[in-house]
Amino acid sequence: MTDPETIVGDAKPWPSPDSGFRVPYEVFTDPAYYEREQESIFRGESWSFVGLEAEIPNTGDFKSTSIGEMPVIVTRDNDGAVNVMQNRCAHRGALICRERRGNTKRLQCVYHQWAYNLKGQLKGVPFRAGIEGKGGMPDDFELADHNLNKLRAEILNGMIFASFSNTIGTLEEFLGPMMVASIKRIFNRPIEVLGDQRQYIHGNWKLYAENTRDPYHASLLHLFHTTFGLYRSSQTGECLMDDHHRHSMLYAKAASSSAAADSEIFKDVRSYDENFKLADPSVLAGRPEFDDGITLVIMSLFPNLVIQQIANTLAVRQTVTDGPNGFELVWTHFGYADDDSEMRAIRIKQSNLIGPAGYVSMEDGEAVEIVQKAVRRERGQTSYIAMGGGKAEDAAHLVTESAIIGFWENYKSVLGIPA
Amino acid sequence: MDLSTLAESHLQFRVERLLAEYVQCIDDDRLEAWPDYFAAECVYKIAALENTSRGLPLAAIFCDSKGMLVDRVVSLRKANIFERHQYRHIVSSTLLTDISRASVSARSHYVVYRTRGNGVTELFSAGVYEDKIVSVDSELKFAEKLVIYDTDRVDTLLVTPL
Repeated sequence: MTDPETIVGDAKPWPSPDSGFRVPYEVFTDPAYYEREQESIFRGESWSFVGLEAEIPNTGDFKSTSIGEMPVIVTRDNDGAVNVMQNRCAHRGALICRERRGNTKRLQCVYHQWAYNLKGQLKGVPFRAGIEGKGGMPDDFELADHNLNKLRAEILNGMIFASFSNTIGTLEEFLGPMMVASIKRIFNRPIEVLGDQRQYIHGNWKLYAENTRDPYHASLLHLFHTTFGLYRSSQTGECLMDDHHRHSMLYAKAASSSAAADSEIFKDVRSYDENFKLADPSVLAGRPEFDDGITLVIMSLFPNLVIQQIANTLAVRQTVTDGPNGFELVWTHFGYADDDSEMRAIRIKQSNLIGPAGYVSMEDGEAVEIVQKAVRRERGQTSYIAMGGGKAEDAAHLVTESAIIGFWENYKSVLGIPA
Repeated sequence: MDLSTLAESHLQFRVERLLAEYVQCIDDDRLEAWPDYFAAECVYKIAALENTSRGLPLAAIFCDSKGMLVDRVVSLRKANIFERHQYRHIVSSTLLTDISRASVSARSHYVVYRTRGNGVTELFSAGVYEDKIVSVDSELKFAEKLVIYDTDRVDTLLVTPL
């Protein structure tokens, strides 16, 4: 195990003997890295996704979630404002919110009934003046000194982000103009939540960060489209990053290539087969809904969010870390509040594609786990990332791992690992 | 067959046998036969209690035709990548909640244990079957099978039907 201090202090540069990029495997398993991430990333200089305004539309609505491993509460207060607070009583540290979501007039700790308003301000302490002159709080006790720890919160088109940092810049600065524009493209009007899905993956959260920045694996690991002769290799797409390479956006436009051309391109790929046909292709029936013709978008936002549009499925996927060897992935599927009933039905049926049972997403959990199993005792051995040239550069195609390298360069910078 | 004319004890027996055959078909990995337990017009839905209890429509798996059931099996066999595993379904005694001429509604609780490649058996899913069963050529079939699961933090992935 590495001492946490040595990661930032005396850390050696990661090896780079050739044109590929190399990640030492202990970054996925070493608790010292994990501890540093909790402090420097999740409690540090970053904006983490905590929820959608549509999840807490009414006064008194709340949800509980976590940033990294830190439990937080998101509330809608009496002024209509959104508040994000640590889910930890200021008295002796108990969880205030023990439900995933609900509606309440106040936040009350069950342990000693300390009561807070929806902004997290302490409003009542039982037996504050004691009972019949006995007990009670000291004279210098002030309610206002014992509020819940409030995080900075910002909202972008209905998406709620929070930060433990008092020094970080605005959310829009953190996201960068391209990500802001892409969020505004998807969250262009009021949404309707269709439901949540939760999935526990026995692997390090950064393996999923790599996975969602990796267009190379899409047609190779996820064989649903190729098996049923549906994948179109010549679909055009790009792999783009913000200036800091924190975030990435992969997108593709609907394809026009022929099955014959695909047979040639996929001749070395297992399971490419034009002979299987879907008995009921209605699962793929959809409607064009964006004027730009883009049919697939995977935005990976550092540190804990993916926003996706796959055909007519729209979802956010939030990563909640659980030690170095596991994380929970929370999918919130949505449509638009003005969807007609047919569009709503399309989205619900296409949801077969995504989530823990999704035709084109179930394998991502498996991919993370088979890496975690293989590297659990490695120290000093590295992965090799070079598809597309081995540099963190934007690509006008999807045969690249460049955004993974971008992720790691930013990660090293945040953790203070020498370049 | 008019289901309402059958003795209730006989109907109970037939429904429970259908459920036993259904879960053993899955657990014995005879998935190609699994769609045959459904009527030609059918709905099969696996949804989290977290969503159904809020009236939200999202399902993990949602099939509204027998063809979609077949596609799930073909995809599992030919396309999807996952660790080999073994299920064991345990189904509670069944309550018949509604009997009409055309159909019988039944509610059962289930648990599924899953054994992964490392030999460890874990409780993978607990929930409820809400079934609507019809008679097709004197055989009982599912016209509607709703699997409402409590275990909403799905461990790794869900590919084999419940």
